[in-house]
Amino acid sequence: MPFALRSRRRARVLAALVMVVLAAAAVVAAVALRGPSYREAARILTVHTGPGGREPVRLDTTLYVPDAASAAHPMPAVLLPHGFGGTKASVAKDAGDLAKLGYVVLTWTAEGFGHSGGRIHLDSPDYEVTDARRLLDWLGHRPDVAKDGADDPRVGVVGGSYGGALALLLAGYDHRVDAIVPQITWNSLGTSLFPDAAGGPPTSGVLKRAWLGQLFTGGLALGTDPSCGRFAPDVCRLYREAVTTGRPSATTAALLAGSSPAGVLDRIKAPTLLIQGTADSLFPLDQADANARGIAAAGTPVRVAWYSGGHDGGDGSPPDHDRVRALTAQWLAYYLKREGPAPGTGFTFSRVLGRQGDGTPLTNAFSTRRYPGLSGDGPAASVRLTGPPQPVANPPDGTPAAVSSLPGTGLVVDAADSGLSVSTEIPGQAAYFQSPRRTHPLDVVGTPTITVRVASSSGSAVLFARLYDVAPNGTATLVGGQAAPLRLTGLPSAASPAALAHVPPVRVRLPGVVHRFDSGHRVRVVLDTADQAYAGPAAPATYLVGLGDPVARMPQVTATPVVDSAGVWRPVLAGLLGLVVLGLVAVVLVARLRRRRRDADVDPSLVDVPLSVRDLHKTYADGFRAVRGVGFRVERGQVVGLLGPNGAGKTTMLRVLLGLMGPTSGEVRVFGRRVTPGAPVLARIGALVEGPGFLPHLSGVDNLRLYWEATGRPWADAGLEDVLAIADLGDAVRRRVRTYSHGMRQRLAIAQAMLGLPELLVLDEPTDGLDPPQIAEMRQVLRRYARDGRSVLVSSHLLGEVEQTCTHVVVMRGGELVAAGSVAEIIGVDDVLPQHRLEDAFLTLVERQRS
Amino acid sequence: MTRVFRVRTELRRQLRRPRTAWTFGLVVLLPVIAVLAFEFGTDRQTRSTGLIGLATASAANFAVFMVLVSASFLFVVIVALFCGDTVAADAAAGSLRYLLAAPVPRSRLLTVKLVVGLLLSLVALVVLGLVSLAVGAIAFGWQPFQTLSGDDVAAWAAPLRLAGSIGYCAIVLLTTAGIAFFLSVSTDAPLGAVGGAVMVAVLSGILDQITALGRLRSLLPMHYETAFLGLLSSPVQTDDMVRGTISAVAYAVVFLSLAWWRFHRKDITS
Repeated sequence: MPFALRSRRRARVLAALVMVVLAAAAVVAAVALRGPSYREAARILTVHTGPGGREPVRLDTTLYVPDAASAAHPMPAVLLPHGFGGTKASVAKDAGDLAKLGYVVLTWTAEGFGHSGGRIHLDSPDYEVTDARRLLDWLGHRPDVAKDGADDPRVGVVGGSYGGALALLLAGYDHRVDAIVPQITWNSLGTSLFPDAAGGPPTSGVLKRAWLGQLFTGGLALGTDPSCGRFAPDVCRLYREAVTTGRPSATTAALLAGSSPAGVLDRIKAPTLLIQGTADSLFPLDQADANARGIAAAGTPVRVAWYSGGHDGGDGSPPDHDRVRALTAQWLAYYLKREGPAPGTGFTFSRVLGRQGDGTPLTNAFSTRRYPGLSGDGPAASVRLTGPPQPVANPPDGTPAAVSSLPGTGLVVDAADSGLSVSTEIPGQAAYFQSPRRTHPLDVVGTPTITVRVASSSGSAVLFARLYDVAPNGTATLVGGQAAPLRLTGLPSAASPAALAHVPPVRVRLPGVVHRFDSGHRVRVVLDTADQAYAGPAAPATYLVGLGDPVARMPQVTATPVVDSAGVWRPVLAGLLGLVVLGLVAVVLVARLRRRRRDADVDPSLVDVPLSVRDLHKTYADGFRAVRGVGFRVERGQVVGLLGPNGAGKTTMLRVLLGLMGPTSGEVRVFGRRVTPGAPVLARIGALVEGPGFLPHLSGVDNLRLYWEATGRPWADAGLEDVLAIADLGDAVRRRVRTYSHGMRQRLAIAQAMLGLPELLVLDEPTDGLDPPQIAEMRQVLRRYARDGRSVLVSSHLLGEVEQTCTHVVVMRGGELVAAGSVAEIIGVDDVLPQHRLEDAFLTLVERQRS
Repeated sequence: MTRVFRVRTELRRQLRRPRTAWTFGLVVLLPVIAVLAFEFGTDRQTRSTGLIGLATASAANFAVFMVLVSASFLFVVIVALFCGDTVAADAAAGSLRYLLAAPVPRSRLLTVKLVVGLLLSLVALVVLGLVSLAVGAIAFGWQPFQTLSGDDVAAWAAPLRLAGSIGYCAIVLLTTAGIAFFLSVSTDAPLGAVGGAVMVAVLSGILDQITALGRLRSLLPMHYETAFLGLLSSPVQTDDMVRGTISAVAYAVVFLSLAWWRFHRKDITS
């Protein structure tokens, strides 16, 4: 079978080629997706730092240089400081991404962390900021870094949290910085760690104890000193003092102020993109707000973006994450490379709509032309709160305490819908004030404010104000996931609600939020006496808490929705559906055209010949050549026997002539029409091929009925009663086919083939499973069938029965035609050895072929 | 001339199959069993969160709960069964060759088989929803639907959201239907086609748990399977449903095209 082998080999070669091409395409795509490549070089740089610049410290750095950067084509640089507790490895991916965008990127492990030397000074101007300035010097000497002047590299600083504050401080202390992107960071460490929502300074703030503990545990784990770890002595002292007393001393306040950008904002000339999270109880929105106002006051371009993540919320929603990255890339491109559109000084923010199953927020993004601040860009909406003055108790040592957030656990606090809510209150320790149900939705963007009057048995009070969204069924969600602590002093000890009216009201700024109160929801404000995340007063006391002005001010921002990646998919879906419809129409049209062409393929000389097979070849997919050049005819009125031993190719022939298989070459015509899969002319054939095929769960008669229904021909033409009489199944015809014997199924299958009395009846081994009387009867039936001009083609390997039934015989062996003719001709085929039985003739033919 | 092999004929062939009866029996019985479990459960103290905790709040809540717990496996099995068994079972019984020689054109056969497979799948989903609503109404009353965010959806509007959820499930399951149908025309073993399609869904579900795969997960066949939850929150969120529909339509088109392409070139040897 040389041809078959060749075609199989060719198919394999073709398949291998396709695989190689696909693999190559995948590699090319991977390289193309990876984008421009870059080199990484890790080195230890020793810089001189400290107040006098005399303390050497070893910094563990990695430089990422794009392959395209050279002295001839210098590229701008980006400093990438990491967050608290991290190392240069924590920003490696961002560094690689920026290097691909065409920046020389320098990452380093801050002193006190990882493999760098030195101690943790909390972004001290004398230490960490000086370190970074020395790194700028070093970058300024590199020929592949673009320069603005001698020793003045073109450089941006991008960092989050600890790294973000470093970006601000470095820009304040070193004018060589050309653009900064500080993310989720502080303006004042004092007001971040000792906040007071009543507007007091850090010295009267309430210690954010849980967060401070979290942060210092990270540093303590690093060194060999169990009490101070790798913290600088002054920082370690600060921690101990703050946790012990809950209040900052003057020294602590001074140290925190030194590490805060607040003092240097007026000196920042580098355009600043401030990114802050709305799920951040460590550095809330007011920190970025203070930075934005301070830097803008100096005339420096500032853009502000809020996103749905933060120290509590991580990356936020995927579209938010993409937006933050895109804004950063645009900011650096414009201010470092002088490329792309001007980013402007607008404001973007996003509102959480709900959460997916895994807790990821779903968000809508909005933008405005300018940053409105935390009080909104128009008059605040008023929400009337009601609730009588309520007595509340401050528990001894702050225990038990309400929970608003669990710092560092990554638990999203306001996710009532994901069942993750950790917010709880203790009865008797909270005063409640709430609005009626909203008749229309209320959008809040910024810091809501309320006024309260408080009396205290001890003369002072620490309270934690929280804003809740109460759904119609009573489920309360803590908006913004955090509490606003306030410390009030010089309070009278009013004994009655009436006396409280004379206490001066205090304005309280609630945490900044982006939130929608839906129709039917209530606004609720709760004032707690203790919160697990904060250090309140240890002494027990009783307060009387009431509202000052019963109206809460809700800041409003008029903004336009941003079309993010989610919005793009709707047109994509519409396009896809359109394409599917177009594709279907095209396929249907092509199919109709091909069918019309096929139906027109009629050989006029054969229109009265039931079956004509010409030079038929069939090679299977595995290369087996089952039929080789067979040709014969079945004329009207003939009963033709298709003879041959097993494997002669008889069944393959029958499958081809029923359109179950396409011929490899040659053709089969039925009444002059070429047989193709599903050709309408097949309706003139009734067939039994390779045994019966019935649905086992249906009765015999139902099988026949449904088969006839499937042919689409009128019921009247079926002649069901006649064929059932031939099948002779009696009452069994109403039983399920499952219960039939082999012979019963065989008879039913013959009956099915005869349904509608087709002009050509094709039977493959019809006597299989029949007993001798039934075989004899079958012969009678077939001979009678051919009487009225109908024809029968019977295949068999049992020669005796064919001899007695057939008028003509076609003999096949090994896929080839051995002989064809009338029974009489075949019996007399050999004049030398006169044969009288077909059996003998057949054996002679087959033997002759073999030799 | 009457048309060859009509949907009615194939429906009649399929409806009387025992597996069809078993499947419909199961989707009718399941909500009843679940209601009994809620009613006679011994542990009444443990409060579940989320939609499961709200299951007994109203008829619609119960129906949504049933859809939610059925979506990831039962629905997949049902669709894989109706769309995967259809051609392969006829091939195994031997009746496929008689249909094709009847002659039923091959695309006609596939179209009718697919339509009937999808129709039976959809009816099974709808029956589960309706029975859940009915037994839920008897057991828990016809109250407003409670969303996760605590908002109520009026009792008359809740069935619309339920219908939307089931409709979306049906769309997402087109992926499974496509894979099952493709396998069905490729093999003579019905169990192989059904099992293969279920296996793909299970495998996709496992990979979807591996968060390290990041955004690659959104390419997995059943990644957006539970996006209908967006319909049950307040406000309604449809972004993920749009993505899920794109994914399902794309997968279905690819696998159904493969099925057609393959069946048209196939030598019917069964």
